[in-house]
Amino acid sequence: MLEVVVADTLAEASAAMSEEARFLGGGTLVMRQVNYGDQRFNRIVRCRERLDEIRPDGSRVMIGSGVTMAQIMGSRDLAFLAPAARAVGGPAIRNMATIGGNVIAPHPYGDLAVALLALDGRVALSDGTSQPLEQYLKTRRGLVRSVSIQRPSGDEFRFRKVSRVKPKGVSVMSMAAHLQRSAGRLSDVRVAYGAMAATPIRVAAVEQALEGASLDLNGVTPALNAATEGLSPPDDALASAWYRREVAPVHLRRLLLGEDRR
Amino acid sequence: MPVEFRKDLFADERDDNLAEIGKPHIRQDILGHVTGRSPFYDDHLFDGLLHMRCVRSPHHHSRVRSVDTSAAERVPGVVRLIRPQDVPVNLNTLLALLNFGRDDEPLLTPDRCAYKGEPIIAIIATSERAARDAVAQVKVDWEELPFVLDVEEALKPEAPMVNETYPNNTFDYHDRYDHQKLRFGDVEAGFAQADHIVEGEYQMSPIEQAPMETCGAIAAPETNDRFVCYTSTQALFFSVAVAAKQTALPSSRLHFIGGTVGGGFGGKVDSHHEPLAILGAMLTGRPVKYQWDRAEEMQVGAPRGAERWRIKDGVMRDGRIVAREFTGFFDAGAYTRLSSYAVQKCTGHIPGPYTIPNIASNVYCVFTNRTPSTAMRGFGITGVDFAIECHMDKVAEQVAMDPIELRILNAYRDGDMKAHRRSAKNCALIECCQVVAEKSGWALSADARAASSLRGGGVDWRAEIPETLTDQGGQIGERKRRALAPEPFAGVSQRHTVAAGSANEHPATGNAPQREDMVIEAERLGFKVSTGVPVSSAPIAPPTPPGVPVPYPNNARPPEQPDRDASTGPGLPPAARSAEPLLPRETVPQRPVAPPPAAVTPPPSPSQPTSADQAPGGPRPPRRPGVSRFISGPRGRR
Amino acid sequence: MKTPVTFTLNGADAAAFADPGQNLLDVLRRGVGDLSPKYGCGQGTCGTCTVLIDGEPHLSCLVLAETVQGRAVETAGGMANGPDLHALQTAFVEGFAAQCGYCTPGMLMAAKALLDRNPSPTRDEVIEAISGNLCRCTGYEPIVEAILTAARAPRNSVGSTV
Repeated sequence: MLEVVVADTLAEASAAMSEEARFLGGGTLVMRQVNYGDQRFNRIVRCRERLDEIRPDGSRVMIGSGVTMAQIMGSRDLAFLAPAARAVGGPAIRNMATIGGNVIAPHPYGDLAVALLALDGRVALSDGTSQPLEQYLKTRRGLVRSVSIQRPSGDEFRFRKVSRVKPKGVSVMSMAAHLQRSAGRLSDVRVAYGAMAATPIRVAAVEQALEGASLDLNGVTPALNAATEGLSPPDDALASAWYRREVAPVHLRRLLLGEDRR
Repeated sequence: MPVEFRKDLFADERDDNLAEIGKPHIRQDILGHVTGRSPFYDDHLFDGLLHMRCVRSPHHHSRVRSVDTSAAERVPGVVRLIRPQDVPVNLNTLLALLNFGRDDEPLLTPDRCAYKGEPIIAIIATSERAARDAVAQVKVDWEELPFVLDVEEALKPEAPMVNETYPNNTFDYHDRYDHQKLRFGDVEAGFAQADHIVEGEYQMSPIEQAPMETCGAIAAPETNDRFVCYTSTQALFFSVAVAAKQTALPSSRLHFIGGTVGGGFGGKVDSHHEPLAILGAMLTGRPVKYQWDRAEEMQVGAPRGAERWRIKDGVMRDGRIVAREFTGFFDAGAYTRLSSYAVQKCTGHIPGPYTIPNIASNVYCVFTNRTPSTAMRGFGITGVDFAIECHMDKVAEQVAMDPIELRILNAYRDGDMKAHRRSAKNCALIECCQVVAEKSGWALSADARAASSLRGGGVDWRAEIPETLTDQGGQIGERKRRALAPEPFAGVSQRHTVAAGSANEHPATGNAPQREDMVIEAERLGFKVSTGVPVSSAPIAPPTPPGVPVPYPNNARPPEQPDRDASTGPGLPPAARSAEPLLPRETVPQRPVAPPPAAVTPPPSPSQPTSADQAPGGPRPPRRPGVSRFISGPRGRR
Repeated sequence: MKTPVTFTLNGADAAAFADPGQNLLDVLRRGVGDLSPKYGCGQGTCGTCTVLIDGEPHLSCLVLAETVQGRAVETAGGMANGPDLHALQTAFVEGFAAQCGYCTPGMLMAAKALLDRNPSPTRDEVIEAISGNLCRCTGYEPIVEAILTAARAPRNSVGSTV
């Protein structure tokens, strides 16, 4: 029999978690499983603590894990992130879906997490520890209290979602890049993909190829050639692995060079 | 210059002074829609409603070795399990209602499951969650079996058997063939004389109807010893009859309420929910709802079946198509549902809206270990149309011709004989092409612009096609014994091309028995034997009792080849080799000559009964009021 | 064990007992008897269960029922004021913006949420607002037109604007 545990704080909620429990954020992931009678858990844990703070912190911004996509879109401090938040679902989903859910969402979901990865995301967990988002995505253990990201300046941040249906459709792939420059050359670049692996991932080969390059077609060509290096994209109902490999360089070029930006 | 087809072409087909038709109107049900009050089947509340869910096969093809339901029965809230042996009449086929095909599909499958998602047990519980939990607790020992997912693989002798009722993996047509045939003219001769042979293969995927409302039904005992059933069905009377049969209740005890359907598109005709929900209500004495979730709707719900088509055309240098051969495969999935009918529907559509004097087609309704397929918006037609129109473009490319002009050149015109020996009427493809070209700024030649569906049809080779004897290739079960190509005439040593009405030593096998209301009228035959007799005085063949094949009311003469220039060979339209312009020019207004009367004396037929009120050779009865002139009768434009 | 939940439904007090894990759609339909929101997918894909919670569109099939405690829920069933239709409903009726009608309650809720906040939306904003709502009778164009028509209607009484 299913039970619902209501905790006052995230720490209490964390104590109520187990293999057979799921934490309810916005509901878009967990309620779907409940509706379909998922037998892997018999406890829903929810929390009265709102966790919806958005707080600038020097060159970074801290976003509470309960912040919804709609709240991101409405936040002056997160204007750069609005296109990525807008890429998630329709308006109703965006009123419900939280940033905490997005970082644990299974393939092909998690478009916002791709943006967070490119912005050097770090997660703070309910136990007070923190770790890079990249590392968290490998295990997804522990309840996320907040995510801290770098605040990009100017047009350094790029996001692109490729889907077959517009304006709302599931990702064939999503891509984000933080293109920092130093003396006119790309430096400390971060590039992340979604729906190209089991979780959102950073793409080391592309990042390396962009290091020190100029942001023009010549400069990014080596990165385009390395667009899917080391990746094994999934086959699913939306696109085959082959298709994802074939189109990734095209979308990467559009992302990096700001072509056809929506 | 916009063309108003209705005014130009069908002026006499419709009265323009109708009160409702042709006028904007507010839907009668839309007030309910916008206020959320339209009563869809699930919008009825019952105290103590129970919920039903099914245990389903997780494999493409499997056998149930054993089932352990003890844990499921202990799940709190479980009220009752329904097993295959609880279903009074477990086996059914949808078209049994029309006496077409044999019962081949269980409501709940006792042993061998032929597709992924096939239900074996239904569980009824006090909540949907409890029903889901119980389904998860049923332990089934599945033996996985070899499966076949490709239509042509399924035709091979070594293919696993999918459907016990049709052990050859094909639906049986006319108790004789493993496919539906169409034979018209002489395709081999047509190919022999063609300048080009153009071949193509086209594959369509299954398509899920994906209605917004998933399929479902709620059944409840009523106080008058009846069961009420609210259902999402698109086919209320189908569903009543199927439910009555499978529950073994007289239909007078079933009170069906439907009509408000949240989208159907063909996906709500299969009538599986109603008998199961009623059975649930019978066995528990309580209201029972059986509703698919979205995942079931997509996985288990029958889609439009996949189709594969191969088309081979014989084409003259100038674009005239003189022969066309089809080999088609309908993927029925594991059970017949409506695929057997889709095959006949598409055969009726062949060769598309074109006048081609030589046509042969073999179409197969193939069983595979896929989800059974069923109706969806023009099923049987859209697939073959897609193939035909893709192929027309391919032909145009081959002969370096404008694709629209190619269509105009080959289009049906009024009076042409179609492949089913009916006269084409109310043709408008040419005009449609002309308007499309105009609207899209596509330049057409003067000939193409001048062409008309009203002119040039129904003459010579366009109407006088000798009857073709059905060959005996592809007998039921033949393919199990030996590999046999699926194309028409494969494995047939001798073919016969004989003229209509010829003395036929081999009775024209495969013809479905003609029913009285299907008696062939001379005017519907669409090909001429003699000239000059007005339709109104054309006698008809006397009605024939059901079950007696009706010979074509033609001269009872021996076979006679139609006029053919020796230099052009059989099957070639004269236009194709003549120096004349291809598009028929109208010098003398040429309306299709009234179809010939049958011979004044009908062909002798020993089996014909004599009946006082069915005098042979009597005058044709007056047109019945209310009979659409669209369906029969010449288009009046004198 | 059932959990009591009280909220307002279309302005009136409502109360129900929710099963553990029961979603708002189910509680609205079976618990409270408001049958206007529909079940289409149970997974947040189709939008036909869309309701407004505190004025914002939510998918009721993905809302744990007990979380609407003390909140304001609106459904298509409460849009009309007695016999007087809401401007959106009138526009849907006159513009043939419903065929089977199954997506209509969700469409109306999504559209109302838009017009309540933005009384003069652009066509793109309308399309965006209903992007989470599927229609299978191929009716998007009349629906978009109807929403734009409702926005232009002089009797448009939807929402006060800031």
